[in-house]
Amino acid sequence: MLKKVFEGSVDYLQILDENGNIDAALLPSYLDDAKVVEMYKLMSFARALDAKVLSLQRQGRVATYAPLVGQEATQIGSALAMRKDDLFVPNFRQHGVFLARGMPIDVMVLGWKGFEEGNIIPKEVGGFPMIIPVSTQMPHGAGIAFAQKYLKKDVAVLAYVGDGGTSEGDFYEALNFAGVFKVPLVAIIENNQWAISVPRNRQSAAQTLAQKGIAAGIKVLQVDGNDVIAVYKAVKDAIDNSKDGPMLIECVTYRMSMHTTADDPTRYRSDDEVEVWKKRDPIMRVRTYLNAKNLWNDSLESQMQNEQKKAIDDAVEKAEKFVPDPKSIFEHVYSFMPQTLKEEMDYAVESNFFMEKK
Amino acid sequence: MQANMVSAINNALELLMKENDKVVVFGEDVGKDGGVFRVTDGLQAKFGPDRVFDTPLAESVIMGSAIGMAMSGLRPIPEMQFAGFMFLAFSQLVNHAARFRSRTRSNLKVPLVVRTPVSGGVRTLEHHSESPEAFYSHAGGLIVVEPSNPYDAKGLMIKASHLDDPVVFLEPTKLYRLFKQEIPDEMYEVPIGKAAMASEGEDLTIITYGTMVQVVKDVVSKRNLSADVVDLRTINPIDEETIINSAKKTGRVVIVHEAPLSFGAGAEIAARIAEKAIFELDAPVIRVGSDSLPYPFPGYENYYIPNELKISKAIDRVLE
Ligand SMILES: Cc1ncc(C[n+]2csc(CCOP(=O)(O)OP(=O)(O)O)c2C)c(N)n1
Ligand SMILES: [Mg+2]
Repeated sequence: MLKKVFEGSVDYLQILDENGNIDAALLPSYLDDAKVVEMYKLMSFARALDAKVLSLQRQGRVATYAPLVGQEATQIGSALAMRKDDLFVPNFRQHGVFLARGMPIDVMVLGWKGFEEGNIIPKEVGGFPMIIPVSTQMPHGAGIAFAQKYLKKDVAVLAYVGDGGTSEGDFYEALNFAGVFKVPLVAIIENNQWAISVPRNRQSAAQTLAQKGIAAGIKVLQVDGNDVIAVYKAVKDAIDNSKDGPMLIECVTYRMSMHTTADDPTRYRSDDEVEVWKKRDPIMRVRTYLNAKNLWNDSLESQMQNEQKKAIDDAVEKAEKFVPDPKSIFEHVYSFMPQTLKEEMDYAVESNFFMEKK
Repeated sequence: MQANMVSAINNALELLMKENDKVVVFGEDVGKDGGVFRVTDGLQAKFGPDRVFDTPLAESVIMGSAIGMAMSGLRPIPEMQFAGFMFLAFSQLVNHAARFRSRTRSNLKVPLVVRTPVSGGVRTLEHHSESPEAFYSHAGGLIVVEPSNPYDAKGLMIKASHLDDPVVFLEPTKLYRLFKQEIPDEMYEVPIGKAAMASEGEDLTIITYGTMVQVVKDVVSKRNLSADVVDLRTINPIDEETIINSAKKTGRVVIVHEAPLSFGAGAEIAARIAEKAIFELDAPVIRVGSDSLPYPFPGYENYYIPNELKISKAIDRVLE
């Protein structure tokens, strides 16, 4: 006997195309004009902050930084889809998600300056600290989602991962676990086409990354990750249905800039490719749409830019006044201070700490 | 040739690939990008994408497939992009690379060299500054080497790839481009399991390796000390003979490493000295390491990595 026992497919969703045209049939009824304006403002804010941090890095005022430029729609669209109590688990590039969720910018700057204090996230933000080992946050996401279900809370958990991250075992293990326990996890692949110098087609022979969820028995969708409205709708629907189980959403976007400030993309990719994606810019198409509907104009634009610049500059100024307390590296290792560690701390105060102050 | 550690290892890899077409180099971003530190720069252009290639982003399969290749006649030299991410391959290394020889009574061998940048002091992100040598040395079955200069780096890499064993090759990022040295153009081996005397003296012995060799040498010369400075070069198997001989000669020993103090390589060394030379010591053996806690974010790392003052105070204590 030979019979087909499984068939799968992946849908692709786009609502606002790169020229600013809306697919009216797909425009969700719950999305009003004010929300689209908010999306536009937050995407612009994220890009402005990104540019500022990049320039601080170039001046040696922050450590290594991973820019988000080009990925604003994926980050802002998904963040705005979250309900008040929903949670998110980032990797290392979700500054836009943090911003949209109300993370104080000065605290983020502390993180980029290289202090653990940047990971002190106010509860209402609903975020967990940035995670650098690729994909290792995904199992946490599954566990956090498990806990919400166990505690009977109506809370969904967003977990972000890159295209490269979908190659790691942790990615598959997390989805598989989430599928078995039907936990309220919304896994979001930020497919920006590159994992440092390795292109998407070298990560997987699979035609889409979304289809990796099919093997875990969970719902999947591929979205134009540069279309903030499509991302918003996809994630909102997934959250609304998360009580029934997890979902994997692949957002197709593009890393417009370097991987991090330690990277030189001219070594491995062509300007032509970048030019193609420039035309698909996530912010421009919303601007075009808002302009056409008379919801935006140049004076609103310059007013917004001034406000955002001031907020960013004030935050940087505040962060730069931060005085690190080196003893803190000893004081937060355990819930108590072991005698041997205290001895090491006392010794450090007289040696390593002393030199530093000089 | 004049070489820094990056160009020395790059040159070793090129010579090894020329010598033996079974040598393959792979990992994350090692191909076109030439590695994030450029250690594999130009190798893909010279040897083609069949021998120098980027893998999907997954450390466990990089390590596990290297083991499979090594048991099948290839001599893989995989790269782990940073030591912090090599923990994702820990199971493959410790459960398999370390054991295929012993579990088959040497019927199978795993000749591979896994390279990874280690240690800190370069102001980078979390997980990019770990010093994991004790983990791998503790496993048994894994050879662990860590050069402190370009000459040793090239010679140890060549020796490591010629061996029929799994070798964990630790490359201190801080030393990658810190200084250049004149090294031979051709192939040469630096023995594995043999320490080097970075300097010789009478009054005390300082045992160290990796990033701390240069710092120790600076302290010794600034204080004008007469000291044996032992650069281990190989962590496992340890060169006990050199350590014990020097300890007996000077009677005063300080051990310095960047890895955290507790349960580090220094504990192993101190224990061996206690077992074999304690009656010839004039002072307790003192260890200096980073503090016994996770490597802090870069804003705090200078408070954490042993500095000259911390080492100097330890020297004062053994000279008292
Ligand atoms: C486990 C692990 N391996 C390697 C790295 C080094 N590294 C940092 S980011 C990155 C590429 C990640 O690509 P992707 O998942 O697509 O995310 P993106 O950077 O594009 O946002 C690599 C290899 C890491 N951080 N963690
Ligand atoms: Mg990517």
